[in-house]
Amino acid sequence: GKSSLMTIGPSAAPTGPALASYERPVGVNPPLDYPAYRSTARRAPRRPLLVMPHGLTEVTGPLLGRERVIAADADLTTQHEGEPIGERIIVTGRVLDSDGRAVPDTLIEIWQANAAGRYRHRADQHPAPLDPNFTGAGRCMTDSEGRYRFVTIKPGAYPWQNHPNAWRAQHIHFSLFGRAFTQRLVTQMFFPSDPLFSQDPIFNSTPGAARERMISRFRLDLTEPDWALAYEWDIVLRGRRAAVFEASEERA
Amino acid sequence: MTALLTPSQTAGPYLAIGLPWPDGPFVVAEGTPGAITITGVVWDGAGEPVHDALIETWQADPDGRFDHPGDPRGRRRPAEPSFRGFGRCLTAPNGSYRIVTLKPGPLPGPDGGAEAPHIDVSVFARGLLDRLVTRIYFPDEPANRADPVLRAVADPGRRATLIAAAQPGPPGGFRFDIHLQGDQETVFFDV
Ligand SMILES: [Fe+3]
Repeated sequence: GKSSLMTIGPSAAPTGPALASYERPVGVNPPLDYPAYRSTARRAPRRPLLVMPHGLTEVTGPLLGRERVIAADADLTTQHEGEPIGERIIVTGRVLDSDGRAVPDTLIEIWQANAAGRYRHRADQHPAPLDPNFTGAGRCMTDSEGRYRFVTIKPGAYPWQNHPNAWRAQHIHFSLFGRAFTQRLVTQMFFPSDPLFSQDPIFNSTPGAARERMISRFRLDLTEPDWALAYEWDIVLRGRRAAVFEASEERA
Repeated sequence: MTALLTPSQTAGPYLAIGLPWPDGPFVVAEGTPGAITITGVVWDGAGEPVHDALIETWQADPDGRFDHPGDPRGRRRPAEPSFRGFGRCLTAPNGSYRIVTLKPGPLPGPDGGAEAPHIDVSVFARGLLDRLVTRIYFPDEPANRADPVLRAVADPGRRATLIAAAQPGPPGGFRFDIHLQGDQETVFFDV
């Protein structure tokens, strides 16, 4: 359960114009304490989270990225001398907020295993080959309509030590900033009809109704003929709920 | 039109592939006059250092302003041009992190009050299915007494987990450990 900061009401605002209040996820995020994912045992806080009203620090956030991203960062297949082994794919979609508005000019960072299911990381002990032509990290900025597009290799499934013969469903890690501290999101994108879903506790930690939102769609019409398959995945960040804020933002 | 929120998932054990920036720990350029350094260790419930976490920080500038349109007072560039407001640092094998920044100013708070200088912190790691959010406050800061978030933490022992310690030695060094569990468990917030 969660306790509330009783001394501050939900309408708390600084002097002057009302602040935006961002939608609070309900039935969306996994519980922190989820025993089927063993690593939560020593890391998930044992005490309830305190509900914090959104003040100035929470409704603002880093607007970073343009200066640290070049177009080539969105293509994970051209970062080395040769081409990586694997199934070349396009991963594309839009970043929206829950009011349906595009989130433009926001930084997306991704990282993933190679086609054999191996990460370029010293802690990955899976006896599958590293690919000298694949690092597995990419970044891009959304355009004015919130669109993003990566070219990469379909990541392999990989075993892990969570339970006997545990395998992670194929996934790409995504990190998004949005426009405010409250919108920060780190998540994973999955692929349609993965047979490993049923035994992946990380995938299943998400409440049932929300799980499908993490699964991309195969899009034949977005493929590049004779070159790459395509998956589409839209990402929805928390939306704003204060009309007063709209007016003040337009003035800024 | 409304859209359904995308769920959070853990950053997992390999976040170091995708998230660190070489200049991540430097919210302000190293050597900036008045810069402060916040260091600390992230601890798990067994008292072991968490060596595979990412710490992120976000804060106002020393004047209590943000270069961001969400601030109803209007966005304003910081007086120190290298100030970014945002920091990120991987934890080292011994669980430690470091952020170099400027001390934020106080902010207007609810009901005409004020929020004491603070830094919002996100923690990402294997075993965390969503980020954890906490706040760093500063010691010997009179404004802490009236801060609405600190005041809402009734237990003084719990409240103390949100206040950095001044480090011995030259001024500007602060220590802020993060305990994910245990007797000293840090106060975490649902934002
Ligand atoms: Fe992974």
